[in-house]
Amino acid sequence: MIDMSVEIAGVRFKNPVTVASGTFGSGMEYCEFIDLSRLGAVTTKGVAAVPWEGNPVPRVAETPSGMLNAIGLQNPGIDVFMDRDLPFLAGFDTNVIVNVCGHTEEEYLAVVERLYGDTRVSMLEINISCPNVREGGMSFGTDPDMVYRITKRIKEAASQPVIMKLTPNVTDIKLTAKAAEDGGADAISLINTLTGMKIDPEKRAFVLANKTGGLSGPAIRPVAVRMVYEAAGAVNIPVIGMGGISCASDALEFILAGASMVSVGSANFSDPETVTKVIDGIEDYMVRHKVEKIKDLTGYLL
Amino acid sequence: MKKKERALIISQTELAAGIFEMRLAAPQISSCAVPGQFVMVGIRDESHILPRPISICEADKALGQIRLVYRIAGEGTREMSTYLPGTSIDLTGPLGKGYPLDAVNEDTTALIVGGGIGIPPLLGLSKALNCTRKIVLGYRDELFLDHDFESCGNIYISTDTGSHGVKGTVMDAISQYQIKPDIIFACGPLVMLKAVKGFAAEKGIPAFISLEERMACGIGACLGCVVKTPERDNHSNVNNTRVCTEGPVFDSREVLL
Repeated sequence: MIDMSVEIAGVRFKNPVTVASGTFGSGMEYCEFIDLSRLGAVTTKGVAAVPWEGNPVPRVAETPSGMLNAIGLQNPGIDVFMDRDLPFLAGFDTNVIVNVCGHTEEEYLAVVERLYGDTRVSMLEINISCPNVREGGMSFGTDPDMVYRITKRIKEAASQPVIMKLTPNVTDIKLTAKAAEDGGADAISLINTLTGMKIDPEKRAFVLANKTGGLSGPAIRPVAVRMVYEAAGAVNIPVIGMGGISCASDALEFILAGASMVSVGSANFSDPETVTKVIDGIEDYMVRHKVEKIKDLTGYLL
Repeated sequence: MKKKERALIISQTELAAGIFEMRLAAPQISSCAVPGQFVMVGIRDESHILPRPISICEADKALGQIRLVYRIAGEGTREMSTYLPGTSIDLTGPLGKGYPLDAVNEDTTALIVGGGIGIPPLLGLSKALNCTRKIVLGYRDELFLDHDFESCGNIYISTDTGSHGVKGTVMDAISQYQIKPDIIFACGPLVMLKAVKGFAAEKGIPAFISLEERMACGIGACLGCVVKTPERDNHSNVNNTRVCTEGPVFDSREVLL
């Protein structure tokens, strides 16, 4: 009997696979292709206290084995999210991780407070790592003191367990990982995108209207695996690993490096069925290698 | 209904310099495609992680085939142009909202305006519209697909170089031939769509225009391909809307170009 379930901060997930925030909306667009109930969790697009317009277009560009995005966290705001997206997700047998974004500590807290006691939400993921907004976002996530401070404030305000989503755009990921743990985070997730830039020499112009964007996709996977390994070695809270996962083998790299759960990101764009293929592939691996519990693989190489 | 379908390439032909036509066996997608919709085409080389949005030129339900006419715009479409008949590729589609065929009746005179690589989706549209059709096709220099439109109505050509038809833009051709439509359907470069939008506003007639934008997912999740809107959009709850889902065809009054 294969047991793919994992538990993080008292929340049980039927398998260790979710989706990276911002690559899956709230799942509405994907439920035409896959059964959302198969996922360990749906992690939503970042939601703010009020609607955000996002950045000008072009917002996306392909790069070798990857892509850049500068969406700028466009979102409809917490009111619409609670009235439309959460009731939709409640129709599926899966956990919901709500990704929270803000420009200021108060804006993050406003969302966290609105969701207080909402049993439709299993966990909160706090985005202190978006490279595409001028204030908030990544500026919170690069300074360990700030990470500690905002984690502490959010933990005081939240009823659900809190995941702090970390940026790879730091010199030492262990420091921000530890700061999140010290601030009381129940888990950390990483990596968000690496800040990048693409220029069109023919037009002598930036490809993205925002000039810079977040790099994701298989191109960043080795960096992500290394950082998950380092972070998992530095903290005692669970790590959710992501960065360029497009198949089960990719996901297993993260699990062996110390991730309790993994997220499929940009690969959802390549193929809307990727996340279920990853789940099936992990199960197949467990059968082939006679692994009964996925938990036995977590951090195998730590 | 959106489908993921592995499609077999039946033929691949270069219609003009850098313009290719691919015919594919895609029974599911062809069975429900509406003119103006598009497919996401998976690139076989996995270093190209994003599928490419390509408009459907025509769908033949009886044969179970679709026809794509595309321009080499970068590495992904360059690779597509090398695929030989017998190759299978992954398609997702049909995607987005197509042209409203019920916006015309037998008494309507429709102006169908295409510019460059915006021309292909207008072929399926022209064949499907049940009304008088005045078709204006604008090219840089070399023509393609123009003969395919011949059964659909009167055709007026413009070229930037003057090698064929009116020297100038589609707007020059519309003015020169004094076309007086009741409704416009258009697809082409942004500068042309802006002119069409202005023309429609001036004449007080509706115009349905198909927009192009860089996309990642093509199904409405990534929010990469948005266009500004004068009104707050229902889905986004801000003043922009998704080209891939609420479009690519919009009433020109509903978008800010």
